[in-house]
Amino acid sequence: MTQETATPVIEVEGLVKKFGDKTVVDQFDINVPKGAIYGFLGPNGSGKTTTIRMLCGLLTPDAGSGRCLGYDILRQSDNIKEHVGYMTQKFSLYEDLTIRENLDFMARMYRVPDRKQKVDKALEELGLANRSHQQAGELSGGWKQRLALAACLLHGPDLLLLDEPTAGVDPKARRDFWDEIRRLSDAGVTVLVSTHYMDEAIQCDNIAYIAYGKKLIDGPARKIPEMVGLNTWRVEGPDLANLAADLEGSDGIEQVARFGSALHISGMDAKKLDNAVNPFRKDKRYTWTSKPAGLEEVFIHLMSGSTDNFAEKKAA
Amino acid sequence: MAFSTSRFLAILMKEFIQMRRDRMTFAMMIAIPIMQLMLFGFAINSDPRHLPTLVEVHDSGPFVRRFLAAMETSTYFDIRGTVAGSRDVDRVLKAGNANFVVTIPENFERDIIRGEKPVLLVAADASDPSTSGSATSALSVLAQNTINSLATGPLSYLASTPDAFSVVAHARYNPAAITSYNIVPGLLAVIISMTMVMITAIAIVRESERGTMETLLATPARAPEVMLGKIIPYVFIGYVQTCVFFILAFWVFAVPFAGPITPFIIGLNIFIIVNLALGFLFSTIAGNQMQAMQMSFFYMLPSILLSGFMFPFAAMPGWAQTIGLVIPSTHFMRILRKIMLKGADLPDIVPDLRALLIILAAVSILAMLRYKRTLD
Ligand SMILES: Nc1ncnc2c1ncn2[C@@H]1O[C@H](COP(=O)(O)OP(=O)(O)O)[C@@H](O)[C@H]1O
Ligand SMILES: [Mg+2]
Repeated sequence: MTQETATPVIEVEGLVKKFGDKTVVDQFDINVPKGAIYGFLGPNGSGKTTTIRMLCGLLTPDAGSGRCLGYDILRQSDNIKEHVGYMTQKFSLYEDLTIRENLDFMARMYRVPDRKQKVDKALEELGLANRSHQQAGELSGGWKQRLALAACLLHGPDLLLLDEPTAGVDPKARRDFWDEIRRLSDAGVTVLVSTHYMDEAIQCDNIAYIAYGKKLIDGPARKIPEMVGLNTWRVEGPDLANLAADLEGSDGIEQVARFGSALHISGMDAKKLDNAVNPFRKDKRYTWTSKPAGLEEVFIHLMSGSTDNFAEKKAA
Repeated sequence: MAFSTSRFLAILMKEFIQMRRDRMTFAMMIAIPIMQLMLFGFAINSDPRHLPTLVEVHDSGPFVRRFLAAMETSTYFDIRGTVAGSRDVDRVLKAGNANFVVTIPENFERDIIRGEKPVLLVAADASDPSTSGSATSALSVLAQNTINSLATGPLSYLASTPDAFSVVAHARYNPAAITSYNIVPGLLAVIISMTMVMITAIAIVRESERGTMETLLATPARAPEVMLGKIIPYVFIGYVQTCVFFILAFWVFAVPFAGPITPFIIGLNIFIIVNLALGFLFSTIAGNQMQAMQMSFFYMLPSILLSGFMFPFAAMPGWAQTIGLVIPSTHFMRILRKIMLKGADLPDIVPDLRALLIILAAVSILAMLRYKRTLD
């Protein structure tokens, strides 16, 4: 598509953010093409929120530079804010304002033309038209998240920054949410979304993985397994729960995950993994196949903590 | 820096809605002036009775006897005995045996009748000025009444001579005695200052604590839009407080309002806005609601002590006056006293208004510079 040729929507280099003497984001680069859904992965405290805040001018980077929607992130954050929809990790609309009042407030803040109609339409689409006079604080997590998304879409932003938008939301609501993200993306809106969920990561066009403030992996989703270089054995047979328990914790096995009627056993070091698995392969009840790791395993691997990842890299 | 009316109105309206829904704060805004006025107005009793009094009598005619009786029946004074000589007067006042020593000179009655305008000397322990103030003024009324009651027949001409004698009050230890009327108008400055500073300081810190600041900062809102939008709703709280204050001040304390209303309203508006701006400035420094509250209380100390509310401004040491001059309450206190007590008009309060405007400009600039448009 045209993604690769157009100028990137986000294009930053060497972003650094320190809180005290702790470097929370370290030399972060990213290049987000127009219309992409860019997944931003990383364990808790890895610096995702901090990075997103620097991109939309809420935090001043200690070093680094770049452009967001063509505006300089250091000097033109006013312009950036006009065209960005930012959904915060924690619900941050006014709980003591009603649903309508919140939407109306946001529409005024962004000087949305035809405010009244836009707000009515948003309420209609949300399915909250008949509850519009309820205070936002009374909504459940799923509804709050939908309201927050509606609020940051009112002004028709070109770039959406979504910080763990579906944390604590039920699977059905999450699916609806992602349908909406996909629709927006198709309409040309660029989306940078941080997430914790593997099933969400899979829906992204590109993935950036960050740990301890450093970006470790970045690329198109389909190339991620190859980049990570995870090796996997797939095993089928009876009584997988016991087998999983036996395998877990062996040297060379970093992850044992259940996929339907099979177990996927993965490790970074192919030799060590084989050594760990070989004793079990003698059991004729099971069928073992070696395969390249799929996206799922890789994401489970990435999300289950990055310490291993770091250690391997240092040792190599 | 384009100012957007739309964003300013958005913040203004949001603030109004939140204010209306926060019943507790709203109730406090009304309760605080009532409480303060009652506490300061009554606890600091500016019109006390039965004050121990000694007399030094050098004339024992019927006028003097009647005058002493009138002093007792007035209930202001309890005559505890007599003293002899000014040494004695010093001693009893220092020892606190009496609050007043009234000296009636020789031939007092004869001199009145002769029209020689004799002097009635009152030595008052004014170290607690509110105790002595009204009693001293009562004394001269009493003496005049006594004269009027005696002014019959050949002496009737005395009744039409209001200054047949003069009362010279020596307010000892505190020459610029504050009277009750001085306290109550000053209270308006204290009340407004206290609540306005605190309410804005908290209103903004609360946004950070609730996390809504992140939404606000992610919008393109500029500092002046946020500051004005957050300040103006509370101007109305200031008006409500002023109304409550005056209802009580007139009704319970019968405080006069001698001057015209327009200069007062001009001064009031500027004063309210200065204090709101100051609260906004505090909120840019405070990290949480507790700190905002503490800063507001900390600010209240100098604004009560150094503004001329408690102690006469002119009697304060130079450094205290310097601090006092940068406190908005000092200037509003002057405006209030000038207008309410002395009947001053706009030209008389121009210097005070100018001072308030300078403070307002300085505070607003500082607040806007300090207002962070990031979460750093
Ligand atoms: N304002 C702040 N002051 C100090 N430390 C902070 C601040 N914000 C975040 N941190 C720290 O920075 C690290 C990264 O935080 P964050 O960006 O929120 O991570 P993530 O969103 O990936 O969970 C954490 O260790 C967090 O404690
Ligand atoms: Mg986060």
